[in-house]
Amino acid sequence: MNLTKRTFGKLAAATAFASMLASSVAAFEPNKPIDFVIMAGAGGGADQIARFLQSVAEKKDLTTRPLVPNNKGGGSGAEALIALNNASDKDHTILVTLNSFFTTPLRQENLGIDIQTFTPVAMMGVDPFVLWVHKDSGITTFEQWLDEVKKGDYIMGGTGKGQEDSLVITYLEQNFDLKIKYIPYSGGGAVAKDLAGKQIMATVNNPSETKGFYQNGDVVPLLAFSDERMPAFPDVPTIKEKGKDFSYYNQRAVVGAPGMSDDAAKYYQDLFKTIYETEEWQAYMESESLSPLWMDPEQQKAYWKTQVENHKKLLAEMGE
Amino acid sequence: MEILGLLTDGIFVSLQPINIMLILVGVTLGLFIGAMPGLGSVNGVAILLPITFLVPPGSAIIFLAAIYYGAMYGGAISSITLGIPGASTAVATTFDGRPLALKGRASLALVTAAVASFIGGSVANVLFTIFAPLLAKVALIFGPPEIFALMLLAFATFVGLGGDDLPKTILSICLGLVFAAVGFDEISGAPRLVFFDISGFLHGINFLVLAIGVYGIGEMIWTIESTRGEITTTEAKMSVKGIVSDAKEGMRRGWKGTAIGSFLGFFVGILPAAGATPGSLMSYGVSKMISKNPKEFGQGHPGGVAAPEAANNSASTGAMLPMLTLGIPGSPTTAILLGGMVIWGLTPGPRLFTDQPEFVWGLIGSFYISNVFALIVNLSFIPLFIWMLRMPFTVLAPLIFILSVVGGYAATQDMHDVWLMLIFGFGAYFLRKLDYPLAPAVLAIVLGPIAEPTLRQSLLLSSGDATIFLTRPIAGPITVIAIILILLPAFKMLKDRMKGPKSNPAG
Amino acid sequence: MRLGEIITAGVMALLSIYLMWKSTELNVGYITGEGPGGGAWPFWLAGIMLVCTGFIAINWVRRSSPPSQSEEPLLDGYGKKMLVLVGGGLLGFIALVDIISMYGAMAVFLLYYLRFLGRHSWSLTLILTTSLPIGFFFFFEALMRVTMPKGLPFTEPFFNILYNIIY
Repeated sequence: MNLTKRTFGKLAAATAFASMLASSVAAFEPNKPIDFVIMAGAGGGADQIARFLQSVAEKKDLTTRPLVPNNKGGGSGAEALIALNNASDKDHTILVTLNSFFTTPLRQENLGIDIQTFTPVAMMGVDPFVLWVHKDSGITTFEQWLDEVKKGDYIMGGTGKGQEDSLVITYLEQNFDLKIKYIPYSGGGAVAKDLAGKQIMATVNNPSETKGFYQNGDVVPLLAFSDERMPAFPDVPTIKEKGKDFSYYNQRAVVGAPGMSDDAAKYYQDLFKTIYETEEWQAYMESESLSPLWMDPEQQKAYWKTQVENHKKLLAEMGE
Repeated sequence: MEILGLLTDGIFVSLQPINIMLILVGVTLGLFIGAMPGLGSVNGVAILLPITFLVPPGSAIIFLAAIYYGAMYGGAISSITLGIPGASTAVATTFDGRPLALKGRASLALVTAAVASFIGGSVANVLFTIFAPLLAKVALIFGPPEIFALMLLAFATFVGLGGDDLPKTILSICLGLVFAAVGFDEISGAPRLVFFDISGFLHGINFLVLAIGVYGIGEMIWTIESTRGEITTTEAKMSVKGIVSDAKEGMRRGWKGTAIGSFLGFFVGILPAAGATPGSLMSYGVSKMISKNPKEFGQGHPGGVAAPEAANNSASTGAMLPMLTLGIPGSPTTAILLGGMVIWGLTPGPRLFTDQPEFVWGLIGSFYISNVFALIVNLSFIPLFIWMLRMPFTVLAPLIFILSVVGGYAATQDMHDVWLMLIFGFGAYFLRKLDYPLAPAVLAIVLGPIAEPTLRQSLLLSSGDATIFLTRPIAGPITVIAIILILLPAFKMLKDRMKGPKSNPAG
Repeated sequence: MRLGEIITAGVMALLSIYLMWKSTELNVGYITGEGPGGGAWPFWLAGIMLVCTGFIAINWVRRSSPPSQSEEPLLDGYGKKMLVLVGGGLLGFIALVDIISMYGAMAVFLLYYLRFLGRHSWSLTLILTTSLPIGFFFFFEALMRVTMPKGLPFTEPFFNILYNIIY
């Protein structure tokens, strides 16, 4: 069994490699390791996705030079954006982003980062947010939850002010007239753990971070912030069903350094399209409840514009 | 008894010839990765993860476990031979390992570290096997107030660590804590102490940058100056007989430390927010506190090597527990392993033990085997490290400097940190000359990033009421013990003063 | 030493004041119902540092700490020479990294230290200055996948050859 699987894998890799060679005649090929900057510290959701992408590229032998992961999570990703802006070799520097790609330049204007100068590479998918409570709270519907929060002294945890989940919580506060105490943690995993340990009462988390506890029945999803009901949680209503025109996703996208040559951009766009279409990535999106949202480079640039506008509004509501 | 069956299966799987080969290669590789300052098990695991897709998942896990164990053993090697802690978990090992090496007893230190690591790892494996699901519940009870109380306790065990000069010791602790606050304030979500708006400060001051600066550069320059360059680190010869007698001596004088480290390390290690570093630091502190001759600690006591080494090995195994049972990584290394498990199609979390017992017990089985092989491989490499120490100092010194620079860069991949490390090195050299104790600063920069956020998270939880640390059932007793320990030396000093006012005027 | 002690204490006091000043960018007070503000932790700790430098100065006046009793110079002739040669060598090493790459700088530093400070034979020096950087290159770039700085663009053709070997 193993033997056949492995032989098949090698065969597939060989064909993929051959087709790569054929398609890239005289075009750009990296001639040194590719600096694969990650906008978050080691271990978080973004880091896991980056390392997964790297593994797929490695497994299928898709690149002539390796992708070298480089965690630069400092200052909510400001460090990564600066690193890309000042990259000495623009054709060998790419970045895995999340929504701090939009919020950090807005919150720290003195950085002088204009994300529209960055080179779009690939939108690998979007990660929806879900509202969770502990099963011992006895809450099973969003309406019950609203009643509970309105009693006061309600404590929620998240990954920090201005981070994705805090924007969603602020939206809830303002649109449902709630008052919530917010405790910042260093990462999504720590938030999920303290929800399971009942240190905090509710969280807004990506499903991938809470999956283990959900399967064990420790935590209960109440509301999804996606446009449509999520296949993994068919019984969980969306916020749109509750009459608010709102949805919120974390983007899992790859962008290139500003000023990357067209040939190099084409190379990375093709590379990540190949990765996107692999069985591995498709299976990963399904198991981690990511929503597919493939976009070509032009669409990505347009998407950035709308996201920047959305986040400007959300941050303004937060009083930032 | 089903567990036992699954575990034996796991062990037998590890004993297949191909897997034994993988374990040998993995342990050896891990040993060198761990011994290299700036690189640690996190690098080994991250880099080799993609490679493991080429072999069946079962062998991949065994290979990774072997690297993990090898790196844990390797951390002590640079602490002892070079005097630079290669990883934060091996900081405490330098306190006594380095003095032993300078006395020509490097082999004693290395053998003690290896044996203590083995015992720590074994104790942890057994505890893990028996109590895993129960301990997972304990880990969940520890919220921010409990973790902060634990950090307070960690500091308390180190009260006696500083020099005789009280103001300088306190200054050193505070300096480390302030440096730990550089970069980003987790609670308000704002950049903090970004000196001169240099973007390199955004990721904070990495512990390794300070540790390598202090030990690899400052201490080295000081050694060259104070010995006028005529230093010989060791004359000891190595033989099988020597190893056996070293092991005997190490255990005779270090068994207490080993025992404390094995258990304390494991329990601190299973707490996701704490992990192996506080575990090894606390074990050192406690061993010193209960020792009959606490003055010998820091001068080259085998117990001071055994305690942190047993603890960091035990804690690193313990750190696997929250990852496997809760899906919460306790350290960057386990975080990456967690990613690996997701890639293999496994869901870490409370259901893993019931849904994927073969995987879990296979992994634990390979821990048992890797631990044995790590001990054997480590012991067989000790002569090589001793030989390195016998090189002329004018060859060894540039080598240490190069390792420092390379390690300082590899940790964060930023030249900014290499420059910072050089500045710390020069600063540490002058402070060292003036009797400023610097170990407290290094400890503080390790514990600070855990202590401050948990303190403030707790106060947010309690709406600013500080009694939360006393009223919670677990945090309360820990806080009280910590406070007593902190005040104890002060009482003692007061008592001494009342008794004999003419004894030396305290500083 | 005595002079060095008070100057160092002064420098540390200035550092503490700078840290306190820098911390005030965030709230250093106690926010009711929330606990300390973002700058409070470093601000008050730096404050304690400042107090400590005060005590160090008092000990200096009373001559009660060993360095404040010692009339030896902080750096004697050997110390000064050593600091310039070794410290300067390190400084040069790090400065060269961005010009001739980590590996090139490593080779230059080894050559300098082994031949000119260590006075080892040319053969030993040359063996080590070539084998160590190459060994480090293969360990880091091929095995560990950690890329080290490559210096200015002119080093590129050379590294491309090496990359062709390892990948």
